[in-house]
Formats: sequence, structure tokens, C-alpha cells
Amino acid sequence: MTAPAEAKAAHPTPTQNEKSDDSLLQIRGLNKRFSLSGDFLEQLRFKGGKLVRHQEYVHAINGVDLDIKRGEALCVVGESGCGKSTVARMVMGLITPSEGEIRYAGERIDNLSSRQLLPYRKRMQMIFQNPYASLNPRMTIQQTLEEPLRLHHPDWDREKIEQKVEDVMRSVGIDPDWGKRFGHEFSGGQRQRIAIARALAVDPEFIVADEPISALDVSIQAQVLNLLMEAQQERNLTYLFITHDLAVVEHFGTRVAVMYLGTVCEIATTSTLFAKPRHPYTQALLSAIPRLEDDRPQHIRLSGEVPTPVNLPSGCVFHGRCPHANARCKQEIPVLQTQDDGTRVACHAVEEGRL
Amino acid sequence: MNASSSALPSRWERFRDSYLFYSFKRDMVAQVSLVVFIALVAVAVLAPWLSPMNPYDLAQIDILASELPPFWVEGSDAQYLLGTDAQGRDMLSTILYGARVSLIIGFGAVALQALIGVCFGLLAGYLGGRIDAFLMRLADIQLSFSTLMVAIIVGALVKAIFGGETFSAYAVPLLVLIIGLAEWPQYARTVRASVLAEKNKEYVDAARVMGLRSKRIMFRHVLPNTLSPIFVISTVQIANAIISEAALSFLGLGMPETHPSLGSLIKSGFDYIQSGSWWITLIPGALLVVLVLSINLLGDWLRDVMNPRLYKG
Amino acid sequence: MALLEVTNLDVRFGLRQGEVRALRDVNFTLERGERLGIVGESGAGKSVAAFSLLNLIAKPGFIAGGSINFEGKTLNTMSERGLRKVRGNRISMIFQDPMMTLNPVLSIGEQMVECLKAHRRISGKEARAICLDKLRQVQIPSPETRLDQYPHELSGGMRQRVIIAIALLLDPDIIIADEPTTALDVTIQAEIMALLLELCEQHNVGLILITHDLGVVSQVTQRMLVMYAGRVIEQGPTREIINDPQHPYTQGLINALPQMATPGEKLNQIRGSMPSLSNLPSGCAFHPRCNFINRADGKPRPACTEQVPGFVESGNCRVACHMVAEMIEDRRLKEETS
Repeated sequence: MTAPAEAKAAHPTPTQNEKSDDSLLQIRGLNKRFSLSGDFLEQLRFKGGKLVRHQEYVHAINGVDLDIKRGEALCVVGESGCGKSTVARMVMGLITPSEGEIRYAGERIDNLSSRQLLPYRKRMQMIFQNPYASLNPRMTIQQTLEEPLRLHHPDWDREKIEQKVEDVMRSVGIDPDWGKRFGHEFSGGQRQRIAIARALAVDPEFIVADEPISALDVSIQAQVLNLLMEAQQERNLTYLFITHDLAVVEHFGTRVAVMYLGTVCEIATTSTLFAKPRHPYTQALLSAIPRLEDDRPQHIRLSGEVPTPVNLPSGCVFHGRCPHANARCKQEIPVLQTQDDGTRVACHAVEEGRL
Repeated sequence: MNASSSALPSRWERFRDSYLFYSFKRDMVAQVSLVVFIALVAVAVLAPWLSPMNPYDLAQIDILASELPPFWVEGSDAQYLLGTDAQGRDMLSTILYGARVSLIIGFGAVALQALIGVCFGLLAGYLGGRIDAFLMRLADIQLSFSTLMVAIIVGALVKAIFGGETFSAYAVPLLVLIIGLAEWPQYARTVRASVLAEKNKEYVDAARVMGLRSKRIMFRHVLPNTLSPIFVISTVQIANAIISEAALSFLGLGMPETHPSLGSLIKSGFDYIQSGSWWITLIPGALLVVLVLSINLLGDWLRDVMNPRLYKG
Repeated sequence: MALLEVTNLDVRFGLRQGEVRALRDVNFTLERGERLGIVGESGAGKSVAAFSLLNLIAKPGFIAGGSINFEGKTLNTMSERGLRKVRGNRISMIFQDPMMTLNPVLSIGEQMVECLKAHRRISGKEARAICLDKLRQVQIPSPETRLDQYPHELSGGMRQRVIIAIALLLDPDIIIADEPTTALDVTIQAEIMALLLELCEQHNVGLILITHDLGVVSQVTQRMLVMYAGRVIEQGPTREIINDPQHPYTQGLINALPQMATPGEKLNQIRGSMPSLSNLPSGCAFHPRCNFINRADGKPRPACTEQVPGFVESGNCRVACHMVAEMIEDRRLKEETS
């Protein structure tokens, strides 16, 4: 699994070089394994009369390459366990990658210490999924919003910080008079606005949003999505938007990357992807969105279930459920290949013209 | 709970509307326990002003008035409401002073336990890895020594090095140290468990993404959210510490009889039960039971209220 | 007579802030083999409605009024013993979290057999055969081995299939499904929904589907109720409501979906959020969020802020909205004058 990823990292394809000029974030050959075996003593097993060290891993991310261009909203979609949140957390330095590199504006950030990362913390921020857990229950809204400002602007005086907090609260539609209240006194939608305000307080240029609306009600989802889009226009933000909801992607994303079991299977501009999905998994995913128009679901039925990331299938990770899989798919790992319209697809069937 | 509706509530209003206060208002047992506990603490704190005589002052003791029974028993002296002990000390005064000593040691030991336990638990839970393994093994080792063992070892060491006089003079801080050292793992384990639960919540990730240092995240973000279990365990621990001190004193490893706690009072009277002077043991014993029971009942109520599985929000 | 008839259902919760009315004036019927959707956001009372049908509301909640008639028997006044004969047997439930129904320490087979034996007198062998048959119906691969597996050995999708198999075990007349696919992935959700639909049609089972997902409701159900703050605000045939919603809230809900807007443009949001049941606005509970409280002449309609709207018939639908009522009245007047 790692071999092709490394090869790519060492010799970037021409298309990647072309794109690197305007790309804000570059991810190359990213891998992440989580150990399942506990500490050293727990790894020891008896096998054939000998004591051997036995380690098991969850292969959460297996060779992911992504470019995020300045000013765009790159949506990463996939089902639970596909590794989309892990990518987001690695970009933010919450988890360290096992292999691969992450570059922000040309500089490597995946191997920096937390002190070295500090200047980047001001430029990149994150919005979390669960607004009920992302605000410290023992801090008032004012304290929550002041904290990043005090950290990143030690030279600002009290008045300036309070002014900034007030501005940022207004910009997300929260009355600044509510600053003395605690998070639990607000509704889910208001809490998510506050979480967005916290991210925007330090004036970042890049925001990672990890399923920011999936915990919210339908009518509130629209409010928060509008707020994120407004912020993007006003502040010229770049988004890495993680979601499982394709309907949101269609509306929000500039480009879409579809992930399955720790690999990217298709990257395309949103309009192309929805008009002409190439990868069989993307096609199945699109057909599964419950639409208002049709009476009867006519979705593509995938056989079987998502395999566990502990024992990855050989070849294409999707071959066990793919209606178009053949012998080659079971052996050879497909790599992303650029199509005529710029879409990049990792599928042997597409490459061979079978699909 | 919609924020937009009304004006900002004050701290007192917040407390008045809280679930804590609501459930307290409905729980008779908790109310009675709290009243009893506060009364006992108040009496103990005010002992020097309330008690008819000073049991530490040898000049006030009349050896001829020893073993007088309490007022409702025949042969009592109206001057000594609860009678006198074998040395002729007024029981009421001695008990008030004794309760004072017991409470000081109880609270002091728990403060020490909490200090060590909370710091170790926070470090172990938040940093994880080797620090976690080391601190938790340390806790295991500590737990395998009983409080009694620690007391015997420390007591023996102090007595051997500085002599019995010094031990008696510094008995209170020494007992605080002994009980504090022996029981910190309870705190460390509780705190570690709730830190492990808290540190995976998104607000901690948010603090990390902000760029905050680990120290600030631990003390400013994680610690305040682990306070509920700390509160609950503290009540149990105070009761335990008071009992431990009584047990140690009863065995002669604790407070000297010249400066008695409830435990050493019970012990000093124990020898006279056979001769009919039951009050020297039973009255301080009853007080000890009431004190510990009121603390434990309060603790039970707190645990019910603060149990996150029963009450969310 | 309808299979299930709910009239004026009123559910309250005795909380420390006082009594909260979680559900009021809920009326609907369900015919044999009919599929009904109950739609609403969190806090609308849709789950309370589902639980109260089988009198499963936990304290401090209670049914304060109204009646639930099932085949002529009133469920809400029935004894616990009588209810047990209905629950699981004639009306079964599917929950959002499969682990709420499945006992983690019993194998799938044990649980299914236990459930069967509780309601029927049959031998273990017969029970096992029925279980196998039901597992086959929900298209679980190699059902024989699944019977001896424990819930944690199955994936989320498989668990939900097992739950459906258990729900079908005693050939019920009605299945109540409370957000059955919310915890699942899109592709699995589509499969489970298709399966549920297929099975209900095959066995002529009535379905009450509780969900927040308008897409799912529109695909699966024939009639639907839209709930807001403990009341039904619109009910009628699903197609008609989805294609031509009358109530401003239903309109807002549908228009807020990303698929209803042009990509890149702003979504049509509803402002504010659902009020808490303990602090409902006066009049129509939706009026602070409503864009239509003004009359045609630009002045606000006093009824909206003062009076709780009653139902008006609009086509095949029933809508609780003063604005709609006024429009219908205007239309009628115009027709009369012309």
C-alpha cells in the first residue's frame, strides 16, 4: 500500500506541479496507522514455542494526496470509517501522520513542535462536529472567545480584545450582550455559531470544518451553512469541509474528494462529479441520496459491507463490493489518473474503458 | 434554556435555579445531614469559646472529680454536664476539643490527598504514555500499603529519630501527612478516569487547535470539568480520614491522650467500661458515628445529584 | 374503521419548572398496510408521539388526555398486561440505536427465540425455524451462523436488519420505526429503507416512520404529519405536502434543503430556532420565525400572535395556520361574489 504513495511523493506528477502554485495546502502520501495492540508487554505472544511481538494496526489512511487551492472549498465525503476526519485532524496537527507530508503555503507542518506550529494556528482554524461538546462547559462565551485572542495577540490591550470579541460575535449573529452566559444556555445552532466565532476570532485564512452541520436540525443547518458561505466571501477563506452529506457538498463545495477506506477514489469539481460520477463507489453514493422528487428509491445496491481497516483487502479496496470488479482489481491497487475533464479517478474499470 | 429570552441571571440566581439546589430542597435526608454537619463543625470550631473548661490546661483539672457520670445519671455533678473522664476532665469540653482535632485532621488529610491525587491524576490522564504508567503503578504500590502500615512506619521512624516527645508535639501534622499520603491514589484514579473521558471531547481539541500549552489546557480546560467527581469523592474521603484517624488513635498510633481526638477519647475510656464508666467511651463514640454518618449521607446525595448518567445538562 | 386511530392525544411531562405539554391535539389514523411519516426537528415531539402510542413514555411523562384506539381497543387505558400482548406482537418498534433493543450478552438467536416464546407457545425448534426465515427475509447473508453471533459481532447495518427481523417476528400489524436509519451511512440507509418498504408492502404491514429526513419520508410514506413544538401543523398525503407545502414551516423546511437552492447561492433559511416546550411563544408557536404573519395589506395579523391556529382543510391536507385560513377564506369570498 505504501509503495506507490512513496513513489508519488518523490516524483510528483506534472499536474501536481502545475497546481502547486496556487495551492494553499498540499498533502502527499499521507498514511496513518493506529496500533490496536496496546503497550509493549501486551504485544508479546507465544507462537510455536517462541515469544514473538505481535502488532495489529488499523490502517486509517492509506496514501492520500490532496491539494487545496486558495479560496476554494474542498469537500471530503465518505462514509463513517473512511478516514475523512482523520485527514482533517492530521492537517490540524491533532494527530501525527505515520508517513507522508503536509505542506501549508509551501512549508512542511506535519513534523513541527507545538511551539513551532503556533504561528500556523493563527492562520488555520478548525470547526468541530458536535456543538454540545466543543465549548468548554465551565467557561463563559466571552472567556471562550477571548482566549485565542489573548494567546495570539499578547500585545493587545483589554479594550482591543473586547472590541474584537464583540465584532466577531456580531459577525456570526450572536448578540454581544450574551457573552457572560455559558454554552449550555444556548441552542445547538447558536453554539455552533459561537464555535465558528472562536475559529474566526484570530482571522484565519484556512478553516477545517469537520462535519460542522451534521449534528444540527435541518432548518439550523441552512443557517450555519449560509454563515460559513458568508464568511468565505467576506474573508476570502479556504475550506477543507468534511461531510457525509452529498446534498451539502453539491451546494457548498468547489471541488469534491470522495474517500473510501482510507483512500481517495475520485476528485473532481463539484459540477462534474454530480453530472458525471466516474468511480463506481461515487455512483452508488450519489444514487443513495434520498431525494424529494422521486417516489421510489432507484439506488445502486452495493453488495456486502465496508471491510474492516485492520485487514485491508488486496488490490482496490472497493473490489469486494464493486459490481465491475475483475481479477486485476483484486490484485493491483489503482492510482488516481487524470481524465480529459480534469477529474482524477482511481479505478481500473474507468482506466480500461469498461465503465 | 434559550438565551435570548431574559436578562442575565446573577450567580445567586443561577444557583437558585440549579438542579443541585432543586434536589436539595426535595431531599429531607440531605437537609438534616447538612444541618447536623454544619452544627458539629460550628461547635468544634467554636470549642474554645463554648466549652466550660479547657481540657488542655492541667491547672483546671480536678483529679478528685474523676469518673463522674453525665447529668441524667445518679451521682452526677451539675458542673460537669456530660460527666468527667478518668483524669477528671470535663467530658463536654474534651469532646468539643476532640471533635475539633478530628475535623482538622480529616480536612487536612483530604486536602493533602486531593493536592497530590489531583495533580498526579491530571498528569497521568492527560499526558498518558509512560508518565501515566509510572504514576499509576506508584498508586498501585501506595494502595498495597494500608493506612495502618504507613502510620506504623512513619510513627516508628519519627519516634526512633526524634523521640516520643516530638511525635506527640507534632501529632496533628504528622497524622495529616500519614493519612494524606496513604489515600491519595483514590483521588488520582478518580481524576484520571474523568480526565480520560474529558480529554477526548472536542473542546479540548479546540483548545489544542488554538495553540494553547498543555499546562493551560490541563488546568484551565480539563480540571474544572472534573470537579464533580472530585466533590463526590471528597465527602467519602473526609469521612474515611476521620475514621482512619480515630482508628489510629484508638490503637495508640495517633493523638496522645493529653491532646485527645475523638479516637483517643474512645480509647482512653475503653479501659473504664468494665468499671461502669461507659460514658467516657460511648459519648465520643456516638458523636463520631453521627459526624461520619452525616458526611456520608451528604456524599450519597451529592453522588446521586452529580451522576452524569442520572442527570444531563 | 381505521386500524389505529389517535384522537386528541395530550402528553405532559411533570418537570420541576412545572408541567410541560410535550404533545397536544395530535389526531391521525392509520389504515392496514398504510405508511405514515411523522416529520419534525428535535424537540418537536415526534419521538414522544411514537412512544406514547404504546404507552411507553417514561416518568415524568404521562398521557394526560385523548385516546389511542387499536382495533377498537383503547391502548392508553389498557392494563400493563393487556399492553404486553399488543407490544411486540401486534405493534412492534424499531429504534434509532439497535443496541437499545438488542441485549449485548445474549446471542441473536436467543433473543429472537425468547421474543417468540413470550407471545406464542411453540417448541424451540419451530421458533428457530421462524427466526431463520425472518433473517432470510431481511436478506442477511448466512443466517444460520448469525443466529449464534452476539450483537457486537455485527456491523451497524446488519444490526438494524436483525432489528427489523425481530420487529417482523410475530407478523405485526404495525411497525413504529423511530429514526431507524439516522445512525447509518448513506448507502446502508438507502438499503435498509428499501428493505423496510419492500417488507411492509409484501406483508401488508402498517408503518409509522418517525424521521427528520424529508427525503426519506417522501420516498417511503403515503401520508405524513409535520410536527412543530408539540403540535401537528400540517398533515396529508406525502406527495401533496412535499410538492405543495401550505404551512410556512413546512415550506421553510423543504426550501432550506441544499438541493432546493442553486449551488453557491445562499440557502433559504428559517430564522431563529425551535422554542423550548416550557417557554412557548403565544399564539401560533411558529410566529416568531414566520415570514408570513403580515396580512396582504402589510399589517401583521393579530391572530398569529394571540390565537393558537386550528386546522383548516386545504385540498386533501389539513393545515394549522392563520395565513392559510385567511387565504382560503378570501378565495371562498371571491368565488361567492363572482
